Amino acid sequence: MYPLPIIAEAVLNGLLTGSVYALLALGLTLVYGVLHIINFAHGAFLALAMFGVWSLNAGLGLDPYLAILPLTALFFAIGYATQRWIIGPASHGDDGNILLVTLGVSIVIENVLLAVFRSDTRTLQTDYSFNVFEIGPLLVSQARVFGFAGALLVTLALWLLLSRTDAGKAIRAVAKEKLGARLSGIDVAHVYAVTFGVGCATLAVAACLLMPTFYVNPRVGGAFVLVAFTIVVLGGMGSIPGALIGGLVIGVVESLSGLFLGESLGQIGIFLIFILVLLFRPTGLFGARA
Amino acid sequence: MSDTTKIGAAAPLARRAVLKGGAAAAALVAAPAIVRGADPAPIKIGILQPVTGALAMDGEFGRSGAELGVADVNAAGGIKSLGGAKFEIVFGDARSNPEAGVQEVERMQAEGVAAIVGGFASPICLATTQAAARYDLPYIVDVGVSDQIISRGLKNTFRFAPGFGICTRAAIDNLVRINDAAGKPAKTVALVHEDGLFGSGLAKLMATELPKHGFEILETIAIPTPSRDLSNVVLRLRTLNADLVIPSTYYGETVLLARTMQQQRVRPKAVYSVLNGAASNMRFVREFPEAAEKIMDCNHWHDPRNAKNAALRQRVEAGGKQWNYNTPLNYSCVALLADAIDRAGSTDRAKIIAALAASTFAGHLMPYGPTRFENGQNMGAAPVSTQVQDGAIKVVYPDAFADAKPVFPVRA
Repeated sequence: MYPLPIIAEAVLNGLLTGSVYALLALGLTLVYGVLHIINFAHGAFLALAMFGVWSLNAGLGLDPYLAILPLTALFFAIGYATQRWIIGPASHGDDGNILLVTLGVSIVIENVLLAVFRSDTRTLQTDYSFNVFEIGPLLVSQARVFGFAGALLVTLALWLLLSRTDAGKAIRAVAKEKLGARLSGIDVAHVYAVTFGVGCATLAVAACLLMPTFYVNPRVGGAFVLVAFTIVVLGGMGSIPGALIGGLVIGVVESLSGLFLGESLGQIGIFLIFILVLLFRPTGLFGARA
Repeated sequence: MSDTTKIGAAAPLARRAVLKGGAAAAALVAAPAIVRGADPAPIKIGILQPVTGALAMDGEFGRSGAELGVADVNAAGGIKSLGGAKFEIVFGDARSNPEAGVQEVERMQAEGVAAIVGGFASPICLATTQAAARYDLPYIVDVGVSDQIISRGLKNTFRFAPGFGICTRAAIDNLVRINDAAGKPAKTVALVHEDGLFGSGLAKLMATELPKHGFEILETIAIPTPSRDLSNVVLRLRTLNADLVIPSTYYGETVLLARTMQQQRVRPKAVYSVLNGAASNMRFVREFPEAAEKIMDCNHWHDPRNAKNAALRQRVEAGGKQWNYNTPLNYSCVALLADAIDRAGSTDRAKIIAALAASTFAGHLMPYGPTRFENGQNMGAAPVSTQVQDGAIKVVYPDAFADAKPVFPVRA
């Protein structure tokens, strides 16, 4: 048995890591909840965004946190264009096609990254990469605390967007009743593309918050995307609070099972939960409406 | 369906290209008969490296070394016993996978190379040496540490560098000697290893061998590749408070581990890695000087006392390329081959193989003794223990090749 401070620190680590997972799951759950697209390209877009952060830092010396604004805008545009002019037209409204198109998009993105950046693992160094907050005996990485705060803010912003704005109302309308929305004058293709764009924009934020402590290579998305899918199922498909809570839960579970079972086996905890949720609560924790 | 027709259309083209290549090769072989007395026919050698794909970085290091090796053999007057015949390079790209490596061996065979040098990764070397063996084509493996490469009884295969067995034995011996010389400050060990074949095998070996030398293994921690976060591993390292941390991990995880340890202020008496993906890589040292400082590794490295290395390194860097151990290693492999062909006095493959098997070549750039092949393994080869000191990678053991003293323990 480990002493209490160690367990406390493991829980804290789990929460911090989990908040980033939550951020990654947000985009995925939004795209699923509204568009019913299982976006296999999510990980590839994350890798693309992380290389974007890296390039801005290595090329222009731009701080990853300052890169949030331009990259979020850029990735909204990329996401919008991808849905509007690639995924939408190519899928002909068939869910099976959409799945394959997103898979194809992910293969293209990963290989373009491979061609441009090679398979090197890259990291960026900031002045605060190694700074910590000292809380009693605990040393908490500043960059990860910023990541945590960022994830909460994005969740809040997304929730406000969906519940308080006209755009959000349109998105929810399309999610509930596509035909009805179209009849009342909503441009469904536009709303689809906006939603996909917002999903990609959250990835850009996640990439900016991750890069001060993590590394990037063209296949980095794979490390995160499976966890993100698990969180979406755990939280309930399409649920914003579900993604946040699910992310934090998965983070803590992974952290504690890593501590007690070893890092290799720690992954078991995540998938055990995944199976249990599917067995006993197939709609997820917050997925009653889905 | 249109894809199939495309492939079908491409095939005759490829056949034509092969025919053309064959005709060109035949013309080259025939040419010296006409111009005998002028320059002797060049000797083609295959330089096979993975210069695209996942291993491209290492492939480039190796290729630039081999290129300079060939340039120097030619500048020194070529192969004397063959009338000063020059080496001519046939480049091959193994594209970071064994199948592509085998294709390139077949192409090199078709182009009539006298021997092949390179391969880099174990899976590539395992496949390419076997493909070359079908033609009795002499093959010098540069890195490929898997001992399976030299345990299959292939007569054409020679590995110049030390393999897994030699490296791990040396790693343990060197560690024991360094620790003894410092008055045995390190007693407890925490092993961190990637959970694949390489890391697990190494950790298992360490866990059985180190206790025989009085070390206590506190814990063996397996981590997956890729790992998203190593905070908990570092947390456990902090609780264990081991004197020594021995990581056997790939580049990304080693960097993550070193950075997290620095941030969490986990400072063992030493970090001693074996065949590590990052600790003997200048990029890691350049990008994270603080996290990398004083990390030790037992790995391939050049002989820093050999002045030729400094000169070669300058040439490599003047060409805008980077220096790593693969560079002098491949340079040396080419020199070894030139020596063997010179003694063989012929490009006959059996004679080159016999000359390699009897090689006592000592004009290389590596921290090895004279070359002595035993079942294809150079028994004169050994890894060295290195340490990152003030932003440079220094050899700290064995003394015969060291250009710095080990800082051990790093902290009392």
